Amino acid sequence: MNMYFSKNTLDQSARLTANWEDEVRRSAEGNAERKARWSTVSDLEVKRLYTPEDIAETDFARDIGAPGAYPFLRGNQATGYRGRCWTFRMFSGMGSAKDTNTRWRMLLKEGQTGLSTAFDFPTLMGYDSDSPKARGECGRCGVAIDTLDDFLSLMDGIPMDRVTTSMTINPPATALWAMYCAAAESNGVPLTKIGGTIQNDMLKEFIAQKTFMCPPEPSVRLISDTVAFGTQHVPKWNTISISGYHIREAGSTAVQELAFTLRDGIEYVEDVIRRKGLDVDEFAPRLSFFFNAHIDFFEEICKMRAARRIWARVMRDRFHAKNPRSLWMRFHTQTAGCSLTAQQPYNNVVRTAVEALAAVLGGTQSLHTNSLDEVLCLPSDHAVEIALRTQQILAEETGVANTIDPLAGSYFVESLTNRMEEGALAYIEKIDGLGGMIAAIEKGFPQMEIADAAYRFQQQIEAGEKVMIGVNKYENAAKQEIPVLDIDERIEEEQIARLAEVKRKRDSRAVKRDLDALKSACKTGKNVMPFCIEAVKDRATVQEICDVYREVFGEYRDPGLY
Amino acid sequence: MTEKKIRIMVAKPGLDGHDRGARILARCFRDAGFEVIYTGCHQTPEQIAATAIQEDVDLVGLSCLSGAHRYLFPRVVELLKEQGADDIVVIGGGIIPDQDFQTLYDAGIKAIFTPGSPLDTIVRWVRTNIRPRVNL
Amino acid sequence: MTQKPEEPEEREQLQKIRAGDVRTASRLIRNLEDESPEARNAMKRIFPYTGRAHVVGITGSPGAGKSTLVDALIASFRKQRKGVGVLAVDPTSPFTGGAILGDRIRMQRHAEDPGVFVRSLATRGALGGLSKAVGDAVHVMDVMGKELILVETVGTGQQEVEIINHSHTVIVVLVPGMGDEIQAIKAGIMEIADIFVINKADRDGSHQLLNELMAMLNMVPEFPGGWRPPVIRIGNCFDPGPFAESLGELAAAINDHYRSLVETDLLGDRMKRKTMVEIHEALRDAILAPILKEMTESGEMEEIAGRLLRKETDPYTIAEEVARRRLK
Repeated sequence: MNMYFSKNTLDQSARLTANWEDEVRRSAEGNAERKARWSTVSDLEVKRLYTPEDIAETDFARDIGAPGAYPFLRGNQATGYRGRCWTFRMFSGMGSAKDTNTRWRMLLKEGQTGLSTAFDFPTLMGYDSDSPKARGECGRCGVAIDTLDDFLSLMDGIPMDRVTTSMTINPPATALWAMYCAAAESNGVPLTKIGGTIQNDMLKEFIAQKTFMCPPEPSVRLISDTVAFGTQHVPKWNTISISGYHIREAGSTAVQELAFTLRDGIEYVEDVIRRKGLDVDEFAPRLSFFFNAHIDFFEEICKMRAARRIWARVMRDRFHAKNPRSLWMRFHTQTAGCSLTAQQPYNNVVRTAVEALAAVLGGTQSLHTNSLDEVLCLPSDHAVEIALRTQQILAEETGVANTIDPLAGSYFVESLTNRMEEGALAYIEKIDGLGGMIAAIEKGFPQMEIADAAYRFQQQIEAGEKVMIGVNKYENAAKQEIPVLDIDERIEEEQIARLAEVKRKRDSRAVKRDLDALKSACKTGKNVMPFCIEAVKDRATVQEICDVYREVFGEYRDPGLY
Repeated sequence: MTEKKIRIMVAKPGLDGHDRGARILARCFRDAGFEVIYTGCHQTPEQIAATAIQEDVDLVGLSCLSGAHRYLFPRVVELLKEQGADDIVVIGGGIIPDQDFQTLYDAGIKAIFTPGSPLDTIVRWVRTNIRPRVNL
Repeated sequence: MTQKPEEPEEREQLQKIRAGDVRTASRLIRNLEDESPEARNAMKRIFPYTGRAHVVGITGSPGAGKSTLVDALIASFRKQRKGVGVLAVDPTSPFTGGAILGDRIRMQRHAEDPGVFVRSLATRGALGGLSKAVGDAVHVMDVMGKELILVETVGTGQQEVEIINHSHTVIVVLVPGMGDEIQAIKAGIMEIADIFVINKADRDGSHQLLNELMAMLNMVPEFPGGWRPPVIRIGNCFDPGPFAESLGELAAAINDHYRSLVETDLLGDRMKRKTMVEIHEALRDAILAPILKEMTESGEMEEIAGRLLRKETDPYTIAEEVARRRLK
């Protein structure tokens, strides 16, 4: 093994560190540290000092290496951000398709480089705006989409051959992606030219975010359908964004976020290989990931660096991938919504800036920065602008993108990166032992691990062991008033009227025929995607497609683990 | 006679599944010595009102992060009233802008707690404002 | 203390409960849990109308899927147009006295069905996997006209034999690969089963569990009333078709068992068992509880404890003295 440090250096380090420790012990008598235990936001203990001995076992070529080369610790791209800056991708959507289209055009004009769609809850759960379950939700926390007509007005004037679009959509991903494909066709853009991402990660929904529809097994099957369809027909599309973001927001630790996300990724790869018979290198390059950038600066950077290295190793050693691109862990990052506070909301600008910096130093490919008002409402124009400018300042003023992976080689950073990897691998092994992620979810394992971590953090906040400024320290009775975005109450009835109009005008026999064909595809195991595209073109609604899934596959209900 | 227990229902109305707050609150109420009925995500106001009555709770705590609170919270109060159970107190939490507070109070929501509210404050509010119902 | 309610109100309460009014019934159950004297008086009026429902106990270790089974059974018996009551028991924390009652999460799709009444109970210190109020709560649901009452125990796997005192039919739920068989035999719950369910039977070890159960049942020389407990295997609840089918089998077995109890006259024995438990509990409440309360409040208990610690006397002598003094 090639030691990272010479024996001589390690000896020197041991000697000097021992001297330093003596010195600390002497001075500590009169000058004790401010608290007994120092830990990350995930409660991982941090030592007073890191030295070469903490990374003595590191093998430079094996564990660190160069950017653009295995194990990709230092990034997928040989040129880092100097070649290509991360994509400024602000998650946005509200009200009607037209309202969202207006916001998108504003963001593109202000220098955003990619689109990212927030749908409202009825759309996310596969219900139309006229469903009784949708009452009060229409257009509230995202854009309401029922039919292809809505989708066409959403994309109005957006150059679909040049701008890539991310869609945060899970159970109805097939329906919404089908709409994107149909919209491209209607705008004269071939499927080979469109680029973007559908989140389409159901496992993390069962684990964390609870936007679910069908049971785990058929949910994963639908995902494999999209992966296979994309591989054949939409080669520039990321058919899944394997997400840790929501796992973290649900209260997990950084290690849990890393571990559960990667284990979800493993589950998907196994399913596509088994069910679709594809070679790993055919589809692995289009898998993408999505992480949270929380407030603990170094922990986040190390988490992201570790993520790249673990994935490269998993793809090479577990799945025997040959294509270097299959080994790439490409990921989007969003700053942590759960780190923001309703109290003293302007502080959120600072938190978001620090989190965004961590994401950049962690080497993200794409970034959303939260707006300061997101704990209160959907972001207002003004707040979104500050959030976007935060990224631009990081990219163009601070110089952090000048050199690649600037923190590499730091005793602390490399050591914490190693700890992240070790912790994640232990969880992955445990889940393998439970029979894989679906089995682990059915046993409630990841759910309970997260619930325990979330409660532990809350107790630390209550006890003042962890600090949130404005919440449990430096509280300020005076309220900071900020303007909030109001969604017009009329959106709901207007959207319902639009839907009724589409239903009146469409050829219902064609829709029925399409849905029957889709149903039979569900039952026979044929890829559902071509059937979805046909159905949406004939103006089948999101709910009509999802009702087919619910009927054939059954409905999953919250097991309510606490 | 044994000690009377405060019974609380923690519920998530609507379609959003962000249940971190609700689940933490359920545990916190248990640790405060209350009996907590937790019903999981994606509940309709009708399910919530029916459950509150079947369980004879003193208090219903609603959590909503999707912005649909303006419809969902008042609807629960309305349903309880229709079924002669308006003595059951309803409070709410989640992503709720200050601007909506008054409308919700007017609709009969007795208190609102937004993200960052210390658990201690919520428990204290319950102890001050909720007395376990005395007899028939 | 509130005043004793007026006579017409008492009558109204009974009428409302007999008419199936959930609000009145749930409030009475609440008062029973709180052990209010008014609630006991109400039970005196209710008792004559009890005895019509079929009470089914469901026990098994945590994670065995009891609540999911109850949910499916509700659906199944609602199809037979039976009114269904459910009492779901969860543990009270011995440290804080609080409890999270989460069994009904799995049953929420029935929340709005007026033919279904689900009530969660906390153990409040009771041992044996049930709450002290469970027997009375069963009576209340019975008088409401619920034809089937499902009682779900806590499921700690520990000595949950109490359920047999409150039900006509006991279902023991086991899961393969959890070491359940051994636990169950140790805890003595094998003897109380009228029906065995092997839940999550798609898992490894299902056949082994079935064989072990069969071997155990084959060793029993004679079953009371000739009822040999059937073993029903139930698959993954996410596999809608097969799950529904095996569930139908379970529902039929529940009905068959009740019929067998009626035909063999064993129903009377089971009801008598419940009555005996109730009279024991009532006597304890009426005789022992006030004595203990008075002795505690007067400080006598404290004084006795001191004498016992100093070995000046023994518990047996004390008990005889108290009995002589109080029960004249």
